Amino acid sequence: MKWDKWIRAVLLVVALSALSGLALITIFIFREGVPIILRVGAKGFFLSTDWEPSLGRFGILSMMVGSLLVTVGAAAIGVVFSLGLAIVLTQFSPPGLSAALKPMIELLAGIPSVVYGFVGVVTLVPLIRHWLGGPGLSVLAASIVLGVMILPTITSIAIDALQAVPRSYLEGSIALGATRWQTVTMVLLRAARSGLVAAVILGMGRAIGETMAVIMVAGNALDVPHSLLAPVRTLTSNIALEMGYASGDHRQALFATGVTLFVVITILNAAALTVSRQRAGRKRAK
Amino acid sequence: MKSSFPTLVVLLVFGTICTGCRRTSERSVSLLGSTSIQPFAEMLAERYAKDHPGEFVEVQGGGSTAGLQAAQRGLANIGMCSRSLTAKEALVFTSIVIARDGLAVVVNHDNPVVQLSVAQLRAIFDGKISNWNEVGGKDGPIRPITREEGSGTRESFVRLVMGGERIAGRALTQESNGAVKELVKGDPATVGYMSLGLVGKDLKTVAIDGVEPTVEKVLAGRYNLVRPLLFVTRGEVNPAARKFIDFVLSPQGQSLLAKEGLVRER
Repeated sequence: MKWDKWIRAVLLVVALSALSGLALITIFIFREGVPIILRVGAKGFFLSTDWEPSLGRFGILSMMVGSLLVTVGAAAIGVVFSLGLAIVLTQFSPPGLSAALKPMIELLAGIPSVVYGFVGVVTLVPLIRHWLGGPGLSVLAASIVLGVMILPTITSIAIDALQAVPRSYLEGSIALGATRWQTVTMVLLRAARSGLVAAVILGMGRAIGETMAVIMVAGNALDVPHSLLAPVRTLTSNIALEMGYASGDHRQALFATGVTLFVVITILNAAALTVSRQRAGRKRAK
Repeated sequence: MKSSFPTLVVLLVFGTICTGCRRTSERSVSLLGSTSIQPFAEMLAERYAKDHPGEFVEVQGGGSTAGLQAAQRGLANIGMCSRSLTAKEALVFTSIVIARDGLAVVVNHDNPVVQLSVAQLRAIFDGKISNWNEVGGKDGPIRPITREEGSGTRESFVRLVMGGERIAGRALTQESNGAVKELVKGDPATVGYMSLGLVGKDLKTVAIDGVEPTVEKVLAGRYNLVRPLLFVTRGEVNPAARKFIDFVLSPQGQSLLAKEGLVRER
């Protein structure tokens, strides 16, 4: 009995210390980052594309646009493949194949991001340069690499969402004379919609936070990209590129970039949570 | 068990402090700073340790600016800096030039351009010239590659070439000499800059104002894109650090640096 209490207390302390880590990080980046935003002014920081730390210009608009483009691109690519995979694995493939494919997809999540970046630079970038033009290091290259990187996240959550659809829905649809494919598009995807949306949002959260692979394939130019083949700098790569050298205002501006990223990712995660809660709520209501 | 835990903590703390003591003791030297100097400093440190048993030299990267900060706060005995000090910095630090390094402008072997003037180079990097046919090459876009903000190589390039102009926002930014090299090797439209000692055979160097970038031309004072590689100290230097600096400046140290493609200072 006494042991029980002890262990409970220890576990509580461990759990809280993990959380206090989160709290400390949050306080720290806000304390370092917010003052410079106030000093430069929200307009000069968020709405300016002029980033020249040595001259005291800290506009991050082009990097915000960059992160947005790359993330949306990655989501577009990730969604097509993940959804396809999830549908095939839950509906159309024999159980043996699913059992073999699923762990392989999860293995994708275990590959370090620097490896994705390297493969991207060595194979994908020259291909884009040769066939589509431009420097190769581009929004497109970053989107493709990130799209593959978020495949496992989206796929595994999407599979869960599809499997959570009650069997009676599918049986009912088939009984009414719908084909397998009609059942998938008209019943399955609709019933699982909120779970699928949550999967995509979580995938985007992962994409926007990815750094190493993006630095390697995105080209990191400061201009706002004017096409999919133009190079781009994201919020994360800006921090990682310049952190090692930065001091004073420049360092604070990088923390402010981090604050921006932190807020965006928090919003994405909250959105994913809300969407999936709604689903849970609806189910309980039934 | 309960009583032994605090003892363990105390032991650990003391252990850490004592390791700290030993490392800043009189027989060890720590260097921190520029990643351009780091490989050369590591090579020198290895040789120095071999010749002087019992002496210990520790080398860390982090960038030129980090090196200056470390020297100022006493985190390292010697800061490494791959650019000239600003007037303000020169008041605070004592700097020793250990070697000089040419800044080479590099293009792909398939690029027919063999020479550029400094003015052309500046126009390419600030975006006024954007086609290779304007500087004697084939018709096609120029893709300048720069280094990240704060890099010693970049700051030297800006000081030597840009003459107050800003590097264009469309320039691709790469975070190491290796990444610049990889990109220029694969794309005939690119032009980049890097340490002369690191160019290698995969890239073509461009003559600047008619002068080929070679160690001899730098030594003769004819090639103008040259930056100093500095050891920076603040206040009194401990004897071990002094001894290591003397080794680096000795004929032996200097010829080791020259063998790696740097330009000897003495």
